[in-house]
Amino acid sequence: MASEQERKKQRIAEPAPEDQAQEASPNPATLEKGKKLKEDIDRLLDEIDEVLEENAEEFVRSYVQQGGE
Amino acid sequence: MGIETEYGIAGRGAERDPAAMSRLFLSCCRAAVSPGTIWDYSGETPWRDARGFQVEEEMAEIPAAEDNRLLNKILGNGGRLYIDAGHPEYASPECTSARDLVKYERAGDRMLALTLEWAAEELPPETVFTLYKNNSDGKGNSYGCHENYLVSRDVPLSRLSEWLAPFLVTRQIFAGAGKVGCEDGQPDVFYQISQRADFFESLIGLHTMKNRPIMNTRDEPHANPERYRRVHVIVGDSNLCEAASYLKVAATSIVLDMIEHDWLPGRISVSLEDPVAALRQISRDLTCRTELRQEDGKRRTAVHIQREYLLAAWDYYDRYGLDMETKEALRRWGGVLDKLEQEPDMLHRELDWVAKKRLLESLMARWGVDWRHSKIVMADLQYHDIRPEKGLYFALERRGFVDRLLSEDEIQTAVVKAPEDTRAYFRAECLRRFPERIYGASWSSLLFHTGHDTVLKVPLMEPSRGTRELTGELFQRCETADELLDALRA
Repeated sequence: MASEQERKKQRIAEPAPEDQAQEASPNPATLEKGKKLKEDIDRLLDEIDEVLEENAEEFVRSYVQQGGE
Repeated sequence: MGIETEYGIAGRGAERDPAAMSRLFLSCCRAAVSPGTIWDYSGETPWRDARGFQVEEEMAEIPAAEDNRLLNKILGNGGRLYIDAGHPEYASPECTSARDLVKYERAGDRMLALTLEWAAEELPPETVFTLYKNNSDGKGNSYGCHENYLVSRDVPLSRLSEWLAPFLVTRQIFAGAGKVGCEDGQPDVFYQISQRADFFESLIGLHTMKNRPIMNTRDEPHANPERYRRVHVIVGDSNLCEAASYLKVAATSIVLDMIEHDWLPGRISVSLEDPVAALRQISRDLTCRTELRQEDGKRRTAVHIQREYLLAAWDYYDRYGLDMETKEALRRWGGVLDKLEQEPDMLHRELDWVAKKRLLESLMARWGVDWRHSKIVMADLQYHDIRPEKGLYFALERRGFVDRLLSEDEIQTAVVKAPEDTRAYFRAECLRRFPERIYGASWSSLLFHTGHDTVLKVPLMEPSRGTRELTGELFQRCETADELLDALRA
């Protein structure tokens, strides 16, 4: 299971389409860039894990607005 | 032009009723430049339909003075923070450019975040508010982000409807803020482009809270009614990405320019067979490839229709003169359409719906969940949390995952300083200099105490007057309100 999740995480952290072309012939600079991007994304997701509202289910259930304009 | 945004509000340890929470929240705002001044509702006519009739249903009670001060905070930047339909709402001051408008929109978000901090200081620790700059609670309720554009009164409503509606229906491909799920129970709509699309049921009408129309016919120019019409656009999503917000208002403003000069007939063919259905159809196709049935029998994509407007605009400005700002806007518009046509995902740094989709997909992979999971629904909401340290958009922004247009400095300035090129300048200066002399204010008026139990109204029916250029010198010269009033009379 763990390795399956790892692989999923890797796939999502793949560079944007415009970077794909460069990946075809990997050079150290591109690999480095790709690695940094993955790290940046991981750090972003770590932060989100931290700040996401606890008890998401409860919060979402109780979030009701009056109709506005 | 101006923009007004309603925010969703949630509270812990506070009243569950959003309207009551909004009042308590707003009471914590310390930024009213003249706390004693009331909002002058007397010029408001939201019940007046531009087609020439009145709708009683839309008439609302005007709050008494005490309540008025609790419900309205006129800000130092010339804008207004208030409660509307039970939601905290910010209305920007009047701006002349799209860029300024985005700046003042951002300033409003900051003001609300600041008010949250003040609320945290003032209220008991168990009372915590959160505000969301989005348009849907996922339970059938929607709250709006309305844009306002001043056009000549000479423009007939029918022309606006014919030429603006298809633009508004299709612009969501870059202006949409994205939404998990849908409001009509369709199980296969796990994500869509627009927050607002599901809530629109008609093409044209006066209502803003039910049976919402793509073209809103409210006739309330807040300006000389013989010269001006205020186009009140209610179909837009609230945006956080500066690039998206900018393109939304810039492109709309350009289209209105063309409509004002009746440039489009014979040049483009954009009429849709069923605009309301098209709004949903476009929102639910994340590839932006779906073809819409048009009145001329053809089937075209939203990108194609947008491009028709864009090409007509290049021709228009070629004829009438193109300034740098507009050129930039046209280029940006074209660049975005190109990318939408190739692969919308390329716009993850510029458009809210794409940025959010990408983020949610990453989160789904990390957590091993799908679109319907409560954590993803929560993330869809928290993307729009206006607290810089909690909002998921702000996490993206802080970490360099989205493009910026504005600098921190200019946003900070816009929080406290009014635009200098509209009547917002005059309003803000008077309130700042003579707070105790101003009984009331509105977009189009200032009411001065005269000291004789009467009130003197200074009408501001021209949004392009009352600028620093026209009145700055008056303020230098006149030390007191009386001197100013005398000078104005002269």
